Amino acid sequence: MPPVYRGPFRKPQAERLLWRAGFGPRPGEAERLAKKGLEHAVHSLTHPGRERLRGPKPHDDNGHPLAPYDAWGHEQLWWLDRMVRTSRPLAERMTLVWHDWFATSEDASNARLMIRQNNLFRKHGLGSFLTLLTDVTCDPAMLLWLSGTDNTKDSPNENYGRELMELFTIGAGRGGYTERDVREQARALTGWRNDWSENLGPIHFRFDKRRHDPGVKRIFGKRGHFDWRDSCRLCVQHRLHPSFFVTKLWGYFVPTPPPAATKRSLERLYVAHGHAIGPVVEAILKHPALYDGPRMVKPPAVYVAGLLRSLRRGIDTEAWTWLMGLAGQSLFFPPNVAGWDDTRWLDTSTYRARWLIASHAIRPHELKGDKAKLPADAAKLLTRAEAFFGKPVLTGRTHAELKRFARHALGDANARWKKEQYPALIENALRQLLASSPDLQTC
Amino acid sequence: MPLPAGTGLDRRAFVTRTFGLALSVYGVGKLNLFEEGIARAASGPAQPVLVSVFLPGGADSLSVLYPALDSRYRQLRPTLALGAGDGPQFTEDPSLYWHPSLAPFATLHGEGKVTVMPAVGYTHPDQSHFTSRHFWEVGATEPRLVTGWMGRYLDHAGARDNPLQGLSLDYQLQPSLASAKVPVAALAAPDEYTFDAPGVWGDVETRMLETLQPLGARRSDRFLNEAANATAQSDRLRRQLAPFTGSDYGTPVPYPDGDDGFPRQLAGLAAMLASGLPLRCVAITAPGEYDTHSDQPKALADGLDITARSLLAFQRDLEARGLADRVLTLVWSEFGRRAEENGSDGTDHGAAGSAFLIGTRSKGQMVGEFPGVANLDDDGNLRATSDFRAVYSSLLEQWLGEDAAAVIPGAGSFQRPVLVK
Repeated sequence: MPPVYRGPFRKPQAERLLWRAGFGPRPGEAERLAKKGLEHAVHSLTHPGRERLRGPKPHDDNGHPLAPYDAWGHEQLWWLDRMVRTSRPLAERMTLVWHDWFATSEDASNARLMIRQNNLFRKHGLGSFLTLLTDVTCDPAMLLWLSGTDNTKDSPNENYGRELMELFTIGAGRGGYTERDVREQARALTGWRNDWSENLGPIHFRFDKRRHDPGVKRIFGKRGHFDWRDSCRLCVQHRLHPSFFVTKLWGYFVPTPPPAATKRSLERLYVAHGHAIGPVVEAILKHPALYDGPRMVKPPAVYVAGLLRSLRRGIDTEAWTWLMGLAGQSLFFPPNVAGWDDTRWLDTSTYRARWLIASHAIRPHELKGDKAKLPADAAKLLTRAEAFFGKPVLTGRTHAELKRFARHALGDANARWKKEQYPALIENALRQLLASSPDLQTC
Repeated sequence: MPLPAGTGLDRRAFVTRTFGLALSVYGVGKLNLFEEGIARAASGPAQPVLVSVFLPGGADSLSVLYPALDSRYRQLRPTLALGAGDGPQFTEDPSLYWHPSLAPFATLHGEGKVTVMPAVGYTHPDQSHFTSRHFWEVGATEPRLVTGWMGRYLDHAGARDNPLQGLSLDYQLQPSLASAKVPVAALAAPDEYTFDAPGVWGDVETRMLETLQPLGARRSDRFLNEAANATAQSDRLRRQLAPFTGSDYGTPVPYPDGDDGFPRQLAGLAAMLASGLPLRCVAITAPGEYDTHSDQPKALADGLDITARSLLAFQRDLEARGLADRVLTLVWSEFGRRAEENGSDGTDHGAAGSAFLIGTRSKGQMVGEFPGVANLDDDGNLRATSDFRAVYSSLLEQWLGEDAAAVIPGAGSFQRPVLVK
């Protein structure tokens, strides 16, 4: 078995677990989880019971319910709402993992088909990888995205066959397959088609024997009358698949590569459980590297959902759609079939987007200088700002810089009206700086 | 003591002084109030600038420049083949024609401002988007290299305190600019780089923005430090771009209209260069979708059309501002596409692609001949007649004045094509 973390499991560790395996704590949640201890804390995430959505119901800028199939950007808000209100944060986080792993863009289909695919990820998120892969392979949004319905006996299209091996199961440049395997996989995957409706767009996705190439294919040195199910099975049974799978999955939870011995034992665990996802995730969530290792940059969707959870705020504006886009993560629109690059979330452009996200998160609570009566005391103002976000764990350095800011800004109040108004302005600024600080960008 | 002319330090000092001048004399300025400074910056000696424009997805080189009258081409492309009457003839090789949407390139080529690489690639071509694009971005066929080729150039020739030297005109950093030692920046539009907060103004706002610098100071945790670094670099960029806030760029020529951000990004780039901001390598992604497994005719025509018209406007903008001799633009894609069409109105991944070097200082003579469709490789793809690493080596040595051996692994083994006049 892979090693298990044995150090203290207190608020900082529980907070980190809630961010890595979900979308961060609501106020008080990290403290409550810490009391359970690591074993029960992880178990509560992997076995959360039936989903309950807690908190205010989502609506658009005009107070109307969301229209995820029809209104632009509402499908993203629909999912963001699940992230914010769910009682099953890990299931929702796994849905995000699979959306990145099998990165499909709405550019090739529509919101209805993307949500259908999204529900598939939600359903199989911790189940059998082979089932997940097989279902994704004939999922309508994927069939459209990677030319599956263009792939026919008479004109094979290699798009899906190549990415199936390169990005989903085996990995490129490892000697796991040849260009010939790509072409033979394309033949095995032939046969899917759909109709077109004037009103609904692409509909009635199905396997049509007449479009399938029934001949013998040779894949990974094996010969047979392979079809799409065989394509998936051959990939999952490939000798290089378990190492690809555990390394890629690990990368979603821990930013440093797995130690060699851990990697081997995760591979054994994966194979021993018949390619089940859950046991591997559970082992990663208990691994010492998650708690002792460096922090991780939060993906934009996690950052936004987490801010809203900490503020107990529901989806009440459509702004999150364009703000997440600016930050580099439009849900349902990954940049390409390889998904998002988790090593490059932060730069001068996306940093500004995160600043704007923080502004939008705190704006409804803006304090007016002439109305709010706040103490002219730097330490007290900072304590209030921390409580505003549910008391997240801060580094000493950030805490000290924020306090220094408050002290200097209070010192600028050289007139009576300034002495009255500046504490509220400073409190607003502390919220902005705290939410966009390096501490809250990472977990 | 006068500042030494033409150095990076010189340009920064100039910008800083301009910023100070604008604030004290004109208040928070519109760019057209900087005309005197712009003229002064444009007239002084300055660093050469390289702009990289990436066509994402593998643009079909057999449509970009196509052998209209070759019967084999028409057999391979029964539905997609373009005709001799569709696009302008390519004067350097009259058997080829420009894609109709690339008429703006044909115009610039006629003025001697475009060097054409009709089949550029590398030996043992990789048909994965990600691998091939990565090779182009890092300037080597090395999967594990983590710095971009322009990033490594800046590591050698750049400064430790100027993120603008490597600028991604994008919402994210372009990997070709990823550096190991020096900072680089990403910026979607230079005129909106502001940091407001609700209910914060006056002295308190000033203090708030001053806090970004200490919050961005070095941290021991690797990724906390990455976030701190983004904070510090954004803060520096914020101060450098303060003069552009709310500006109309003072653009002297028309750019294409429409929803796409690309023409406006290029207009902003020309304005930044004109104002003397210390840019050296710039990377931008072209609009359009070039991974044309299906519906190729419209997708390719639309993408090339807005890209080419915008780049023509950019070139005219640089010429009008007197900057044209300072800027070369390299247009490239990760590979070309399969010679034979795939039966779904599209083409699958191929090998050799096409690239263009645009600018008044571009040599204007074709690099590598068109290989033809009679002698395809074993996968049925166009064979490369020039190597992208050779192109980079020439750009480094002939344009940026850097020894290519310091930047491109194995640079010694590549014959350098003449790219610059």
